[in-house]
Amino acid sequence: MSDFDTEFFNIGYLDTLAYKETFVHRLNPGIKLIVTLAFIISVVSFPKYEIKGMLPFFLFPVFIISAGDIPLRVILKKLMVVSPFVLFVGIFNPLLDTRTMYSLYGVEISGGWISFASIVVKFLLTVSSALLLVATTSFPGICFALDRLKVPRIFVVQLLFLYRYIFVLLEEALRIVRARNMRSFGKKGRGIRSFTNIVGVLLVRSIERSERIYQAICSRGFDGRIRLIKDFRLRFTDIVFATVAIAAFIIFRSYDVTEMLGRVFST
Amino acid sequence: MHMSDALLSPSVGTAFWAGSMGAVAYCAKRLRQNMDEKLIPLMGILGAFIFAAQMINFTIPGTGSSGHIGGGMILAILLGPYAGFITIASVLLVQSLFFADGGILALGCNIWNLGVFPAFIAYPYIFKPLVRNRRTPGRITVASVVSVVAALQMGALGVVIETLLSGKTELPFGTFSAMMLPIHLAIGLVEGFITAGLVNYVGNARPEIIESAFNSRPVAYTASIKGLLLTLGLVALITGGVFSWFASTHPDGLEWSLEKVYGKTELPAPERGLIPLLGRIQEKTAILPDYDFRSRSETTEGKTGDRWPAPGTGTSASGIIGSMIVMGMVFLIGFGIRSAKKIRDRKEFKSRV
Repeated sequence: MSDFDTEFFNIGYLDTLAYKETFVHRLNPGIKLIVTLAFIISVVSFPKYEIKGMLPFFLFPVFIISAGDIPLRVILKKLMVVSPFVLFVGIFNPLLDTRTMYSLYGVEISGGWISFASIVVKFLLTVSSALLLVATTSFPGICFALDRLKVPRIFVVQLLFLYRYIFVLLEEALRIVRARNMRSFGKKGRGIRSFTNIVGVLLVRSIERSERIYQAICSRGFDGRIRLIKDFRLRFTDIVFATVAIAAFIIFRSYDVTEMLGRVFST
Repeated sequence: MHMSDALLSPSVGTAFWAGSMGAVAYCAKRLRQNMDEKLIPLMGILGAFIFAAQMINFTIPGTGSSGHIGGGMILAILLGPYAGFITIASVLLVQSLFFADGGILALGCNIWNLGVFPAFIAYPYIFKPLVRNRRTPGRITVASVVSVVAALQMGALGVVIETLLSGKTELPFGTFSAMMLPIHLAIGLVEGFITAGLVNYVGNARPEIIESAFNSRPVAYTASIKGLLLTLGLVALITGGVFSWFASTHPDGLEWSLEKVYGKTELPAPERGLIPLLGRIQEKTAILPDYDFRSRSETTEGKTGDRWPAPGTGTSASGIIGSMIVMGMVFLIGFGIRSAKKIRDRKEFKSRV
């Protein structure tokens, strides 16, 4: 039960974060989407055994977190929740690749551990940047950006519907789960049979709701488009942000900045 | 089950992005041809329904642990392959953004694994023929279970293949699929029975919904689905083949694309600006040229052909010092922005008071 409440709270929370008013939030959604994609592709393109070259890339999520006023705890928590699959696949590298790659003051580090650490760093960077994109951009804004990027309109419009009704249906599911928990003691009543029945109710109610929505939007003149009041024109700051960010990614990707700094300071 | 960005290489990621976006565009085109506007809110609501249903846990029989549904096949059955596929794709998009399930680059792979297989293979070639026109609960149950299991097996195999093509893990094909496939067989059986239960429930409560799902939706274009599958398969084969060739000869995708653009693997050094400045800093500060101590680099010269950067204390020392400096700077910058904001907020607050 508490699981459900926290999950519900979590989605809603990321959504409320997106409506803050900071420099990052005011940026054009399309620009943010493109910069995030460029970021992810440059991070993922690092070779298997690279770690230190990727470290300067932490600047991007840290900048967004601090300039966008995003609580670090939320992002870290989400990262923890989704890490198992990556850790599970990655942990086999140290077991299967045991050739010594570096030896540090007598401690030998195998290639497997290096590539595992590299996977973990990539995971942290890519997942946090995706989370920060929604935390700083309203979902309708992202849909608008997709529309501008020529994603088919039917996809965008039903995506807006989907997002709008997630919260409505979650509330309905919340009531259903509460009712089930009141009537079932401990683990009883959570089997597949009763699950299909209550989810079946939810499904039929959802379909009926969509019929009412259809009638409602038709009477308001729905023509297959959704118009937004918010103005998303490209501003000068957007272009500056994109240029600086992408230039930084290219420099960080082509030069090992970490190594250079290390040399400067190890004199 | 969701593929992750960290395990992907850019070439595999973009290839599957291209394939999945192509499929989305194709479905949108097909839907536009005989548009039923009622379908748009229904797609959105059913997508939202998947999220709500995922929040409701159930006990997995025999284990006592709890699980939740995936829901790809139910969308394909209720909406038909085209609208169903688009809805699955948007569910995955929202999951990748809000739940960090998978990632943005991995979204292409995930749409492929969890969308293309159920909507364009399992639904038209397994579910439909098994149910045919006799829609008895028994037939629907058998068809649902078989098609969900088949779709999930294909999806799991997709995860294995995409991970191995990307080459970030050491796991051999046999071991990885031996781990993935049995787990997803069990998941598929549970999911199949739930899908069957839901379809039958709707069939009892509102028979006309199932009726229209089976009859009026643009479902029966088997010929066009065959064409689509053929094209998508061809696209995937070509991109996969081309990219895997690059992957073998050019281990680093970005370097290869730079090479293609500039004719060499490094960016041409501009005459002015930041990059030559950095270069000069590098020259001046290069007490450890070639990532190694000078004296050592002479003795280890023969090793340059190695797969790994020449192991030596020089590399590790400057690398570790550099790493500490970079992380320190990143932390300081973040902290600086935060505190600057706090100070500004306080000033604003005071001036308002």
